Amino acid sequence: MTAEPSRDGRLPAGYLTPGSSSFTDFLAANADHLLPGRQPLPPGMVPQVPHATTIVAASFDGGVVMAGDRRATMGNLIAHREIEKVFPADDYSCVGIAGTAGIAVELVRLFQVELEHYEKIEGALLSLDGKANRLSSMLRNNLGLAMQGLAVVPLFAGFDLARRQGRIFSYDVTGGRYEEHQFHSIGSGSLFARGSMKKRWRTGLSQNDALEVVVEALHDAADDDSATGGADLDRRIFPVVAVVTVDGFRRLPDEDVATALATALSRARGGGPTGSGSVSSDAANSGQADTDGGTAR
Amino acid sequence: MSMPYYVSPEQVMKDKADYARRNIARGRPVVVLAYEGGIAFVAENHSKALHKISEIYDRMAFAAAGKYNEFENLRVVGVRYADLRGYSYDRIDVTARGLANAYAQILGSAFTQESKPLEVEIVVAQVGDTPDDDQIYRLTYDGSVADEQSFVAMGGQAETITTGLQARWQPNLSLSAALALAVDLLSKDPNGTDRTLTPAQLEVAVLDRLRPRRAFRRLAGPLLEALLAPDDPTTDVPKLDDVRPGLHDTLTGVEAEAEAVTPAPEPGDPASQEPEQEPGHPQAQAKPDEGSGDGTGEGA
Repeated sequence: MTAEPSRDGRLPAGYLTPGSSSFTDFLAANADHLLPGRQPLPPGMVPQVPHATTIVAASFDGGVVMAGDRRATMGNLIAHREIEKVFPADDYSCVGIAGTAGIAVELVRLFQVELEHYEKIEGALLSLDGKANRLSSMLRNNLGLAMQGLAVVPLFAGFDLARRQGRIFSYDVTGGRYEEHQFHSIGSGSLFARGSMKKRWRTGLSQNDALEVVVEALHDAADDDSATGGADLDRRIFPVVAVVTVDGFRRLPDEDVATALATALSRARGGGPTGSGSVSSDAANSGQADTDGGTAR
Repeated sequence: MSMPYYVSPEQVMKDKADYARRNIARGRPVVVLAYEGGIAFVAENHSKALHKISEIYDRMAFAAAGKYNEFENLRVVGVRYADLRGYSYDRIDVTARGLANAYAQILGSAFTQESKPLEVEIVVAQVGDTPDDDQIYRLTYDGSVADEQSFVAMGGQAETITTGLQARWQPNLSLSAALALAVDLLSKDPNGTDRTLTPAQLEVAVLDRLRPRRAFRRLAGPLLEALLAPDDPTTDVPKLDDVRPGLHDTLTGVEAEAEAVTPAPEPGDPASQEPEQEPGHPQAQAKPDEGSGDGTGEGA
């Protein structure tokens, strides 16, 4: 069944069916070939395709901040140096992606249309939980491809207008949705990023402090994971950083990210890459953050 | 056994057309007109929730007169059509012309094939980079499309209003002048005294050329009152959206102070509860240690 007008120019009947305000459901009923997870794969090995890597997110007093490095890898190759992996989902939320880049970017595009479609049809914003659940079910549609090695794992964060706070949701490939209350990281460098944030994240961070925490975490991930790209000063490529507060989604300019990274590194590490240069009092103060580091996975 | 009466096709079509025209003319009118910064939509509509004017896509809007359930269905068709096009090609490939043709097919086939034509009249408008690129298509109950220049009136007293627009509309009107013209024509009553339309009885929206991406905004509240007041200096919509959190589809001109007095959720307010109390929710059980730690992200 095609969603394009037929030869006599008439739209298929599905357009006129009242009911769903979900764009994904509409696509599934009328043009399922356009859904990212619906294509049946031919038998055989999946060739190497670009993979997106590390995304980090942290909550702070009044919102959330999410950052993603700019590297896509294909096995041992760097497939792309300035891919973007953190996107606005709508005015009050953002989504970051790790996994098979081609499918992940398509999934994000569909998710953006899904939210805007609902907004236009219903004349209202979806609740943050509603958005998180929609992403969950869209991810579940991709399970077939995930089983064949084309997995996509998003990280979703946004400002909850009802609770007046930033919230973070992590996912698994089956569409499982888990709320993270402090910080979270996904992708190949996530182990190192999470370790870094465990030491740095504190309750009641300001937006600027949270920004420093996430760029430092990405720096740590890039230090130890070859698939994660650090800030590239020669090419002026910096991580994509998004902040979502009660004022909505905002992507930070590169200068702010560069400044935050420089501040974070020089304060905590005396300029050295690994922190061996000097241990400031700041590092000691962050001890309270690791009392509840039990972020599973 | 009696034979059914023969009715000529001309007579059938004429009856259907008369029926549709009569019912559309019974409704309240809608005016769509170009102004220097975009395209304005003005309708007399006492309901705040049931809209006659809506957003279709980034630069495109929809206005309708006639039967609500029928044009609401067509609006949803338009949003689906535009979102699907934009998703499968690109956002800039969604055009008002394409949508107008799709609507023409729906209206036309309903007119010829169904026993009852759709009792609606629609405008699909798209704002371009310059006033010359603006497109306004008017679709009638029988599926005919007209490419209108500058203004359209639909619904009751459409002819009188169109005559008024022909006499008084000029290029490069300011928004406040365009709205004043539209409201003046809407409040003319052919059978007697003119009425006064207050902002609360009007549904007003614009496609603002200068806005990035989504150009559609409804106008309401103090901003609409200021635009309609003849002695007020406001002539155009503000460049920035309202600071009020939530959907940004309406410009009201309400200042930031209104936001500051919004009370934070009380402790007993269900909205402020942490998620661990959601019983039977898989997420709640998945991480038993999650909520029990020290301060989480809920803030002070």
